[in-house]
Amino acid sequence: MENKLVVSPSPHVHGGDSISKNMYGVLIALIPAFIVSLYAFGLGALIVTLTSVVACMFFEFAIQKYLIKGNKTLCDGSAALTGVLLAFNLPSNIPLWIVIIGALVAIGVGKMSFGGLGNNILNPALVGRVFLLISFPVQMTTWPIADAANRFTTMDVETGATPLSLIKFGAADQVNVWDAITGMISGSMGEISVIALLLGLCYMLWKKIITWHIPVSIFAGVVVLSLLTGLNPLVQLATGGLMLGAIFMATDYVTSPMSHKGMLIYGFMIGAITIIIRKFGAYPEGVSFAILLMNAATPLINTYCKPKRFGEVKKNG
Amino acid sequence: MNLILIAVLLLGAVGAIGAVILFLVAQKFKVYEDPRIGQVEEVLPAANCGGCGFPGCKGFAEACVKADSLEGLLCPVGGADVMGKVATILGREAVAAAPMIAVVRCNGTCENRPRLNNYDGATSCAVASALYGGETGCSFGCHGLGDCVKVCPFDAIHINPETQLPEVDEDKCTACGACVKACPKLIIELRKKGPKSRRVYVSCVNKDKGAIAKKACNVSCIGCSKCMKACPFEAITISNNLAYIDYNKCKLCRKCVDVCPTHAIQELNFPPKKKEEPVVETKEN
Amino acid sequence: MLKTFRIGGVHPPENKLSAGKRIEVIGLPKQVAIPLSQNLGAPSVACVAKGDEVKVGTLIAKAGGFVSSNIHSSVAGKVAKIDEILDASGYRRPAVFIDVNEEEVWEESIDRSETLIKDCPLSSEEIIKKVAEAGIVGLGGATFPTQVKLSPPPGSKAEMLLINAVECEPYLTSDHELMMEKTEEILVGISILMKAIKVDKAIIGIENNKPDAIKLMTDRCRQYTGISVQPLKVQYPQGGEKQLIDAVMGRQVPSGALPIAVGAVVQNVGTAYAVYEAVQKNKPLIERVVTVTGKSVVKPSNYLARLGTPISMLIDAAGGLPADTGKVISGGPMMGKALTSIEVPVTKGCSGVLIMPTLEAQRQKMQNCIRCAKCVNVCPMGLEPYLLMSVGEREIWDRSEKERVMDCIECGCCSFTCPSNRPLLDYIRISKSKVGAIIRSRK
Repeated sequence: MENKLVVSPSPHVHGGDSISKNMYGVLIALIPAFIVSLYAFGLGALIVTLTSVVACMFFEFAIQKYLIKGNKTLCDGSAALTGVLLAFNLPSNIPLWIVIIGALVAIGVGKMSFGGLGNNILNPALVGRVFLLISFPVQMTTWPIADAANRFTTMDVETGATPLSLIKFGAADQVNVWDAITGMISGSMGEISVIALLLGLCYMLWKKIITWHIPVSIFAGVVVLSLLTGLNPLVQLATGGLMLGAIFMATDYVTSPMSHKGMLIYGFMIGAITIIIRKFGAYPEGVSFAILLMNAATPLINTYCKPKRFGEVKKNG
Repeated sequence: MNLILIAVLLLGAVGAIGAVILFLVAQKFKVYEDPRIGQVEEVLPAANCGGCGFPGCKGFAEACVKADSLEGLLCPVGGADVMGKVATILGREAVAAAPMIAVVRCNGTCENRPRLNNYDGATSCAVASALYGGETGCSFGCHGLGDCVKVCPFDAIHINPETQLPEVDEDKCTACGACVKACPKLIIELRKKGPKSRRVYVSCVNKDKGAIAKKACNVSCIGCSKCMKACPFEAITISNNLAYIDYNKCKLCRKCVDVCPTHAIQELNFPPKKKEEPVVETKEN
Repeated sequence: MLKTFRIGGVHPPENKLSAGKRIEVIGLPKQVAIPLSQNLGAPSVACVAKGDEVKVGTLIAKAGGFVSSNIHSSVAGKVAKIDEILDASGYRRPAVFIDVNEEEVWEESIDRSETLIKDCPLSSEEIIKKVAEAGIVGLGGATFPTQVKLSPPPGSKAEMLLINAVECEPYLTSDHELMMEKTEEILVGISILMKAIKVDKAIIGIENNKPDAIKLMTDRCRQYTGISVQPLKVQYPQGGEKQLIDAVMGRQVPSGALPIAVGAVVQNVGTAYAVYEAVQKNKPLIERVVTVTGKSVVKPSNYLARLGTPISMLIDAAGGLPADTGKVISGGPMMGKALTSIEVPVTKGCSGVLIMPTLEAQRQKMQNCIRCAKCVNVCPMGLEPYLLMSVGEREIWDRSEKERVMDCIECGCCSFTCPSNRPLLDYIRISKSKVGAIIRSRK
């Protein structure tokens, strides 16, 4: 018998893009930041990251096996990415059981309770991170100093204040912008080196994983609001979780707007809210909250910001 | 003590003011509604299936209250029981209607109807039928992609994995007609359920000429009109090479079933005839 | 910077396997089946009966309405029957079957010489009438009757004629080859079209992946007043009428309007050639260039085939159906139609036959939408395919209409690019037909 022809609607070719390609692309883009954090914080960074990734993937697997039916998304890299991003938002000396709780909240509450990949409203890694920040404020804000002496131990590391807490508590003169750019400061694992994170941004732009709109508009929001409130924009850009947030967290596909106009508004508002929290809020750092707030506003932005329709550019030719 | 007092008074005042505002607004914007609408809605099954032709049970209740007689108004889900109750509430006479059921008029199983190509698009009959005729030589038959299954509010229709055809669960089907509307091929029809669920129907909607239809599917109706001649009640008509049995005229004598050369006419829920089983088997072989 | 359209677009692998292969003439089959519905709009009405003798070029079906076209016999022979034939979509449609005679007799009015006739003394109305009589339709694939497009609605004035020689679909090379071999004829055809719509300017849009065609056309068009060539950046779907106007003229046709609203009339380059033959040589549209191609095809080629020839004959000429065939497509891979059988006849709209191996033919498994916005970025009409799909799936037609589903040109960029392999266009197409019906029922 002649083999049966396949019939399907057009188009009959596909670009070959896939979810896992994008997710693994982001993971590759995170490698430079990971290397810097290994150099700065040593073994602790490795252990926390591994724990977080394994925990996230385990919870994803377990929930999809026993609770939620649907496509299995264990191997597409999205759970691993959540794990890495969660770890990058934690100090490297954090007790591992806290990491596991964070992973459970990130995957279980942040992602799966909404129906899994693609349905969540908030960035899962940030949900996990903020949950931990509120539940375990002491552990979450005891930052190890980036120092060669700490590299091979996970306990009893020397700790120090982050540049942002220095600014918050009136010691702004101790902040060295150059250290912040290279990454030799205290802070969460992934956020310390501006250069490494920008490398990741370049990679993602080159691979067309993300567009420039969100990161650039976040930077713009930060610069504008810092100038208005009398802060040094360069310090604000280089310190805290801003780079990590702007490049990797705010650009999360699922929770960011769909149109370019929407992306610009979303990004600018994240930048603005971050500075407002840093300047007037109780916390020294506000990127996580700013992103979560704007995540929640994304459906609204999507409703009102439509892409530029064909034929609307020039009315009179 | 003072503090508590202030708190109680303050909250009490806020509550009282709010209550007054709410009361005034409710008075001002009050809409009169016939209380019987609520009563009728109460006895309806609240499935909001739309089978009655109105938007949900509330819409149907309104229509019942407004109408002068209940003729033509039927809740297919509740059936005569519910309509009887509605009639008592409204003080009108119930109009009896025969119970109906959804019938899938295609028997093009994988054996009967060889597949000529493979469909590889979105799992939706609507998409597939907009694209092309179907996987088989019969461009009238069932796609088997389950649009009827998706719309059924009562979980009463399912695709049989062996035949790739939908099957109606007689106990669950309420003849709401959702599947009838969903089927892009117009295969599903609401027919009289019949005494003891006994039904005779033409399980084919192919309008091609006999030879083409027969080539595409073993059990297609070829429009030979033998059944029409055999029927003592003039219940069968042939148009566009296709036989149709009028369920209001059919007396379930099953003469058409016996004469149909392609076994396109199906009988359901009849006690088995004594000699029929072996005869059918030899014919199929 | 090369010109292109401004919103969206993708660049699929070009795979122009049959580029540079000279057009070969396909022999006549024993019997041709000429479907009566070969154009967009109303089907034609047969005007011959069983047993009638027909010559090549004899009118066999008349236009069945305003938006419809004449159909002529592509062979000399005897009408065997007027019956139904399976069309490309597996439905039965009426067709005229003609048994081919050994001896080929042409209608006497047709000039079969190769000589180029440059001068056209006819007036605009006479040209349009001749085009209508010859049964010419848009040969790019849309098959919209050409005479309708040449008669702009009252009150509108054309400024410019755009010739679509973009051929942005991967694999296809029929227009490219036609330009290389029939350059002068095409340019005369364009002059005739300019006269028909009373404009003095015509621009031929060609994508930059055909440098030889750009060079040749640029050289030759100097002898014709008002015709110029515009090279364009390779970007799909540049061959879409609205995209081409945007790319060449920098004007965007408003939603729901015709190209004439911005003063443009767009014709395919193949149509220009057919117009030349019809007006200067009295030859109706009875044959067309068809690309037969595919990665495992032995001899990807461009063929000149009579309408009604079974596609299987073309495939045999190109080396037969490969063993690993999974899908046979009439047209290009982005907008073509998958065939249920290779016995369907060549029609006016069939620009190519693409044979895809099984491995490429299967779609990947669909996954959840991750809202990556890639479909929004590539949509050339500035729509939101993800949203249109989800409202289409839920059958919320008024929302679909509000989100401008009717603007969709069905180019397939969204489905092509979706990392979750979602069948976006499948659902948008359904929504379009449902919403279209709702809009029509309102009138």
